[in-house]
Amino acid sequence: MLDDLDRRLLRQLQAEPTLTAAELGQRAGVSALKATRRLGRLLERGILKGQHAVIDWRALGYVVAVSLRITLDKTHARAFDEFLDAARGIAEVTEIQTFLGRVDVRLCVIARDMAHYQQIYRNQILALPHMADIEALMTVATLRDDESLPL
Amino acid sequence: MIDLDDIDRAILRALVRDATQTAVAISGRIGLSQPATWRRIKRLRDAGILVGQRVSLDAAKLGFGVTVFLGIKLATKGRVSLDDFERAVTAIPEVQLVEHVLGLYDYRLRVVARDLADFERVLRRRVMTLPGVGDVEANVLLSEERRPGPL
Repeated sequence: MLDDLDRRLLRQLQAEPTLTAAELGQRAGVSALKATRRLGRLLERGILKGQHAVIDWRALGYVVAVSLRITLDKTHARAFDEFLDAARGIAEVTEIQTFLGRVDVRLCVIARDMAHYQQIYRNQILALPHMADIEALMTVATLRDDESLPL
Repeated sequence: MIDLDDIDRAILRALVRDATQTAVAISGRIGLSQPATWRRIKRLRDAGILVGQRVSLDAAKLGFGVTVFLGIKLATKGRVSLDDFERAVTAIPEVQLVEHVLGLYDYRLRVVARDLADFERVLRRRVMTLPGVGDVEANVLLSEERRPGPL
């Protein structure tokens, strides 16, 4: 199980992922060596899964972001698998989530502008298999996005 | 805005996969000299394309077994209520993402909880009591994948 030190280290790491082991240790009140060992253990146990660079798509000209909420036709046994396989083939899809609820799948689609979005929507999204219903939420502003866990 | 070439795209893909890699490791993989790789990474940072990194933790192993996406519609609208709502919602520790959206809902939230009972507590005590909150739709996350996007 996790002890207080593990939690302190993970909290600091979540807040500032670029900190070195020495800086993390200092903030958590332990030596660099101890911090390195603990983080190594957390990696081994699969609790710390890695670190990923964050790309600002707006800086690359992708200023449109849309959440597509999709209901699938579940009378087909392979509806989920076939839909997900096809969705993975669309380059502008940056996230795929499946749910238990009113909506089955969410796709996050990015585009350069509305004309580009319309082109992706018509030619690629509407060509995805087994869709029963589709709803769009367009992102106006992201007020918070850190995916930190309240440890 | 800068135009990316294939080398930039390869660097971005490598860093999205693992942001802890050094420029040396990346240069070896893409067949570019180390100083040139380092210059490219710096250029991507300076252009605001690489905007930091995200720590990936196994939420379930840390005791957060449930992630729920919420769609929220405000009951009352107007500038004041938007500000009040946004200030209150971004202060809830279990809320990882807040997006102002256009469409069927006004806001999209991502909420983590220990289990369904804990989620119910967050929903009742924190979300349903937000100023101006109206309709709330909840979808429980079953699976999630992040795609590299148009790189």
